Amino acid sequence: MATVSVRQYHRGGFSFENCKRNALLEADINKLGFSSPAARKTGTTICGVVYKDGVVLGADTRATEGMVVADKNCSKIHYISPNVYCCGAGTAADTEMTTQIISSNLELHSLSTGRLPRVATANRMLKQMLFRYQGYIGAALVLGGVDSTGPQLYSIYPHGSTDKLPYVTMGSGSLAAMAVFEDRYKPNMEEEEAKRLVRDAIAAGIFNDLGSGSNIDLCVITKGKVDYLRPHDVANKKGVRTGNYRYKHGTTGVLTKAVTPLNLEVVEESVQTMDTS
Amino acid sequence: MMISARAYGDNGKMKEHHYTGPVEHKFSPYAFNGGTVLAVAGEDFALVASDTRLSEGYSIHSRDSPKCYKLTDTTVIGCSGFHGDCLTLTKIIEARLKMYKHSNNKSMTSGAIAAMLSTILYGKRFFPYYVYNIIGGLDEEGRGAVYSFDPVGSYQRDTYKAGGSASAMLQPLLDNQIGFKNMENVEQLPLTLEKAVQLVKDVFISAAERDVYTGDALKICIITKEGIREEIVPLRKD
Repeated sequence: MATVSVRQYHRGGFSFENCKRNALLEADINKLGFSSPAARKTGTTICGVVYKDGVVLGADTRATEGMVVADKNCSKIHYISPNVYCCGAGTAADTEMTTQIISSNLELHSLSTGRLPRVATANRMLKQMLFRYQGYIGAALVLGGVDSTGPQLYSIYPHGSTDKLPYVTMGSGSLAAMAVFEDRYKPNMEEEEAKRLVRDAIAAGIFNDLGSGSNIDLCVITKGKVDYLRPHDVANKKGVRTGNYRYKHGTTGVLTKAVTPLNLEVVEESVQTMDTS
Repeated sequence: MMISARAYGDNGKMKEHHYTGPVEHKFSPYAFNGGTVLAVAGEDFALVASDTRLSEGYSIHSRDSPKCYKLTDTTVIGCSGFHGDCLTLTKIIEARLKMYKHSNNKSMTSGAIAAMLSTILYGKRFFPYYVYNIIGGLDEEGRGAVYSFDPVGSYQRDTYKAGGSASAMLQPLLDNQIGFKNMENVEQLPLTLEKAVQLVKDVFISAAERDVYTGDALKICIITKEGIREEIVPLRKD
């Protein structure tokens, strides 16, 4: 008698098990009095510029959940390969996972070809994946890098279209940033000028777009060198509070107390500081 | 492979792709312009504070649009929500104050203004003023008074109240620091003017960190028997 296996083997990739349930919930949820959870979007300003020796990518560092700031210092410039980096706007999870998937595949591809990856290859892989998902993966990307063909910059939209351009902006603050680019962009700029231009474009997004804020991150990619400047410019410092809000011991009323000693052996200890300012 | 004729019209050219069926575009008479308002009542003073940012969607209309409006020498009102209705409502209140003064030969008290505002708001119960109001002032005995309203006129007298976009972030902190809620073994000292002003500044600094609609600058109106004094403090501009 053959045993029936209940467990379905996980084949990797996306799982569409909950789609039917979600569709039903979506229709009925308002009647039940709840609202469906919203995916966190980054409400961002990202941009890139091609200059004399390479490309400069820039991004702000605010992540929003609706109109509340979820992360004041998130990283939006993602690593694709040693010579290719990608800024991401749109749904935070989508930009993070998509760039990681393509980075992984590109590394395998690079080992197979025995060559440094090309920006056009990353572009092809990203657009083919995004088109396959018909826009349901909400990732709007600015891809830049330097390879054997030279410095290149692409903008990639959630539905899978791409543009190869000398300067691009994406995200909710893209109009503010593009206004700066259209005013001051020149071909074959020097590095300092290009960095200043990108910094000012992101700053325009930070101050004039409510979905963008906090600091400016920059990534300068040239042939053989990458400068990941995080943060390049702390454009907004946290306000200093004058009052003291620390509570004395005993402020929180303890109703009952039960102590259970755990006899454990400390094998490894790691410390991660958190921002308590 | 068979080619479908569906995409082609009678004249042999490809059909223009157009949206089939009616699409309903609803006009909304309201807009949300953001902003946070806060009022605190003390023993012999009252504070009304607001940020000065006016926004819509993801854009900023103005970085210098305070939401506190002076009504009399002892009363200030803070209005946030839809800026169009804030302006109209304050115009109407100011006109009604003048009418009262001319008929009764005296200025309206804070309590009287609050009661009147409630009737003005309920008058538009079925097409409300999209405004969250908080009145701060001194009552007839010279003690601080705060009256908070909902858009259709329900009101009550409070010791402290936050309204507007960051109200949900500020109110719990005020409950703890001014109302001494959820704290034990704490000396419940009466709130001084200096401590209240410091608290209001700190609380707005924190709100500006997390609420995108709050920022640019903070304007505090301090109401005492000497009159109304203003303080302006810069906030985050991003």
